[in-house]
Parts: sequence; C-alpha cells; structure tokens
Amino acid sequence: MPNNAPPRLHCTDRPEGPCVQLSGAWGAATLGERKQWRTLSAQLASLPASASLGWDLTALQWLDHVGAQLLWHHWGAAWPQRLAVQEHHRSLLERAAQYSTPAPPTPPWRLADQIDGLGVLVLHGLDHARHLLQLVGQLLLDTLYLLRTPYRVPWRDVSGHLYRMGAMALPITALVGFLIGVVLAYLMSLQLRQFGAEAFIVNILGISLIRELGPMLAAILVAGRSGSAITAQIGVMRVTEELDAMRVMGIALGQRLVWPRAVALAIAMPLIAVWTTLAALAGGMLAADLALGISPAYFYQALPAAVGLPNLWLALAKSTVFGTLIALVACHWGLRVKPNTQSLGEGTTASVVTSITVVIVVDALFAIAFKTVGF
Amino acid sequence: MTTLANMQHPVVRIDKLWTVFGKGAAAFSVHQDLDLTVPRGEMLALVGGSGTGKTVLLRQMLGLAQPTRGTVTVLGRPAREMGGAGAASRVGMLFQHGALFSAFNVLENIAFSLKEQGTLPAAVVRDAAMVKLQMVGLKPEHATRMPSDLSGGMIKRVALARALMMDPPLLLLDEPTAGLDPHGSDEFCALVRELQELLGTTMVMVTHDLDTLFALATKVAVLADKKVIITATPAEVAEFDHPFVDQFFRGERGRRAMAPASAPQET
Repeated sequence: MPNNAPPRLHCTDRPEGPCVQLSGAWGAATLGERKQWRTLSAQLASLPASASLGWDLTALQWLDHVGAQLLWHHWGAAWPQRLAVQEHHRSLLERAAQYSTPAPPTPPWRLADQIDGLGVLVLHGLDHARHLLQLVGQLLLDTLYLLRTPYRVPWRDVSGHLYRMGAMALPITALVGFLIGVVLAYLMSLQLRQFGAEAFIVNILGISLIRELGPMLAAILVAGRSGSAITAQIGVMRVTEELDAMRVMGIALGQRLVWPRAVALAIAMPLIAVWTTLAALAGGMLAADLALGISPAYFYQALPAAVGLPNLWLALAKSTVFGTLIALVACHWGLRVKPNTQSLGEGTTASVVTSITVVIVVDALFAIAFKTVGF
Repeated sequence: MTTLANMQHPVVRIDKLWTVFGKGAAAFSVHQDLDLTVPRGEMLALVGGSGTGKTVLLRQMLGLAQPTRGTVTVLGRPAREMGGAGAASRVGMLFQHGALFSAFNVLENIAFSLKEQGTLPAAVVRDAAMVKLQMVGLKPEHATRMPSDLSGGMIKRVALARALMMDPPLLLLDEPTAGLDPHGSDEFCALVRELQELLGTTMVMVTHDLDTLFALATKVAVLADKKVIITATPAEVAEFDHPFVDQFFRGERGRRAMAPASAPQET
C-alpha cells in the first residue's frame, strides 16, 4: 500500500565514505505532486556527482517502478558501487535496469523525404478525385438499376433522410436567410438613395437573392449541417465495423448508404433553397419598407417584372446539383474514415470544407455557363 | 500513521448497496442490500449470470456510476471521490475492449497518466513506460505502433500496461481474457498472476471464463438473487448449493475446467 510520506534524501558521512540515505515514499503518486517533486529534484541535482557515492535505500517506505526508474536514471543507467537495498526493492531496480532501452534516434531532415511527402500529397489528391468520380458513376448506375427494379428502392431511408436533412433544416435556414435579406437591403438602400434609384432595390434584391444568394446560403448551411452528419454517421459505422458487416451480407454500400442520402439531398436542396430565398426576400421587403419607404405591395408587384422566370429554374437546377454534390462529398469522406477517433475528426472537417468549396466552384461554373440566361 | 490504518482496512468495502435502473413503474433493481469486502492482496472474481450487474459493480467501484443507496468505499475513501487528480495511482482499470486512445501510439498510451502529471522528466516517463511495455511481454519495437494496427491480445497487453503504469494498489479487470485465443488467454493469466506476485496488487475481475477463474482467482464472489450469495475459494464455491452455481460450475464446461484444478487434491 503506498503512503504519502514525502520522498526525501539526505547525505550522511559513513566510515566507508559519503552515503545518500533515502526515506519516504518514492512512488508515482508522491513524485507527481509538483511541490514534492520540486524539492526532491533540487536535492537530487545538488548531490555530488561522485561515482563513489553510496546509496542506502533500506529506510525507504515505498518504492514503485516509477521511483526505481527515477533512481536508475539518476545513476546514469549503472549500478552504484555501494548500494544497500531491501530485497523486493532490488527486483524493481533490476527490472528498470533490464528493460531500459536507449531512445531511438530521430530521423534527420532530408530533402528527398520532403519531395517524397509532396508526391504522396499529390497522389492522395488524385486518389480522392478518382474515388469521387467513381461515386458519381456508381450513383448513376444505381439510379438506372433502381429504375428497373423499383421494389428495391430504399424508400424509408430516403424519407427519413428527407425529414432529417430537409424539414429539420427549415428553422435555421429561414433565420439566416431573413437576416441576410435585412442586411443586404439596408446596405443597398444607403447606396441607392445617393442616386435616387430607390425603386431598383427590387431588381437588385430579386436577382441576387433568387439567382445566387438563396441557393448558395442554403447549400452552405446544409453542407455544414448535413454534410458533417453524413460523414460522422458513415465514419462511425466504419469504426464499429458496421460497414464490413453490410458488405459481408452482400449489401451494396452504394445503394443502401450513398444513394438514399444523395437522392434525399437532391430533392430537399431545391426546396430549402426556395424557402431560404423566400425568407431573405421577406427580410429585404421589410427592410426596404423601413429604410426606403417602398411598400411591400409595390415590392410584390414589381418583383415578377424584375426577375425573369429562367432565374428561378436556374436556381432550382443549381440547388439540385449542390445537394447531390454535398451528399457525395460527405459520403466519400465518411467511407474513407479509418477506424480511429483522429481520422473521424479529420474526415468530418475535410468533408465540410470540401463540400463548401465544391459548392462555390460549381456555382462559379454555373454563373459562367448561364451568363446569358435570365436577363 | 496512515499506512497502518490502510493495512487493516479492506481495499474495497461495499455496504448495503442498492442499484435501481429506470424510474416509476419501469424501475428494476439489479442489486438489493449487496455486501462485499475485498481484503488486500486478494484476486477476487465476480461471477453471475447476464444482467446481474457485475460490470455495474466495477463501474461503481471506479466512481463512474453512483449507487442508488448504500456506500462503496475504495482504499478507505468513498468511491465517488476516486476520479480526479492522481486517480491512476490509486486504481487501474482494464476495460473489456482495451479502450486505448486511438490517436496515440502504444508508448504514448502507456505513458499517458504519468505524463499528464507533468512533473517527471520526459526521459524518465518514457523509460518507465518502456519497462511496463516489456513487463507485459511486448517488444520495444511495438512502442510506435498505433492501436488500430494491434491484434486483440496485444491490445489487452497494452491496456494492462497502461492500467499498471502508476503501480496502483487496486486493479479492476473486465473480462480480461474475452476475445483471446486459449493460448493467448493462458499467457495473459500467467502474466497477470506474475504481476500480482510482483506488485502485491489487489485485483477484482469480472469473468465468464472458468479457465481464467481457476487460473487467477483466490476468491470467488457469486452474484445472484440481487446480492452476493457466497464469497469463498473457487473449490468451496463449486460445492455450494444454488441453481446458478450448479449450472455455472457443474455444467459440461464447468467440469471440464475444474478437472485440472481438482486433480491435485485427489492425489
């Protein structure tokens, strides 16, 4: 049983030469206390570094492996010439002596390793791209297969994901959309008033919110909210070997895990985008009324003329693509998680960052490809 | 002197323990007026059918779960104070699946508790962990492996080394040999027994494996009818008259496991 007597040592002069007498408890618990360790390490450091120093451990009340290790270290990994010790304490010291190994040398810095590391990074990137492309292809094949065998479609999964990723996202997207609408309208009203062009707030808000900001805001929120959830879900399934269990049963992971999520987000995303846009327009309408005195009735009346119908179709199409991509990227990272906690965290972070980046890149592509549509 | 008092006190003392799960009409109790005492230096095996609350009892000794009523005293202090600073020097726990930190390598896992104290020099901590690593039968080259690259037996060994890092006076083992092959579990039992002789650690283990029980336990406590019905040596418990003991020890598997244990007594 360890006790808490403070570990101490003091030098005595014996007929055969100077000797260090140890007392108290030399254990992990006592040595771990900062105050006692400070006293003891100062005492140890002040000892003369003479090899002829004798060590008397017979009065020790408690010694464990940690204490033995500390002594062995202090002795410089060699037995002192004069040592008096209790028999069971000697076995602890002997074990420290037997099992202590020199620390492995740290590998030196080499340019070749750095180049090698860069190459590995590039290859990893290519591998991710290939896997993502594979997922897209698999999604198409699965869709074709499920169209021919409708009774195999995992409807319950799809509806569950629709609820969790779609319906549950409505409050937060509405709040964010509304506030962004208010902010935009206020900022623009300041500029427009300088030119006396207050009425154009409808055009600016209409085009920017319906065509760009609504779908983008919704996609970024959903990527953070559902993308991380998908990655974590699938990643934990990897950690708990559920993925292997499914594979062993001959169940296609693509059909059961990826397809329902991708389809659910492809359906939910345009709906959430429209919802977010509506909330943002409501916010803009309110702010325009307060800041510029443009009545909601006028806003409502002028909006259809300002924003052509193709803009709406474009927004819906974009959102469907965003939803599919977010789900695919999230599934990709989830399936790549290795069975440890670190990898799970890294995968989830990478999933959110990648899907938001992908959304923005694809949005830019859409903007360029459809620059003549809707004006 | 605190040492003397500690010597006479049992390491674990459980008095009138009630554990109730659920609330209201759905409430059910797993322990009712349970008493258990573990003296110093003993290797106590807790046995009992599924759902008799063996693991719950271990968790209560660790302070991870609170009893509904009654007291659990470990090393002379209430179990709920077990957590907190320096806990690793009082009690070690070998979890059923190892519970190694998957973000750390083997050596970092073993050294974790000592390193967290933040006093001893890094070289001493590293060497102390290396000693523990080799004491449990692993080789120095295993030190840098990650837990995900270890076999089941090696995970158990690393987990044991981690639990023993601070040489705690009490070691709790949850199914120490579950998931090990017969040879591996024999080796593991020999290792645990050797360490117990070396360090004089008090051990409490939960096990379903009769071979482990006869190989390690000096005392067996049988959990049935929501309390400990008997605490005695394995041979005495095997003679006890109770339906659970009957099917546990005197079933087909029990007789097979007991054959070597009772053989020396007959000669």
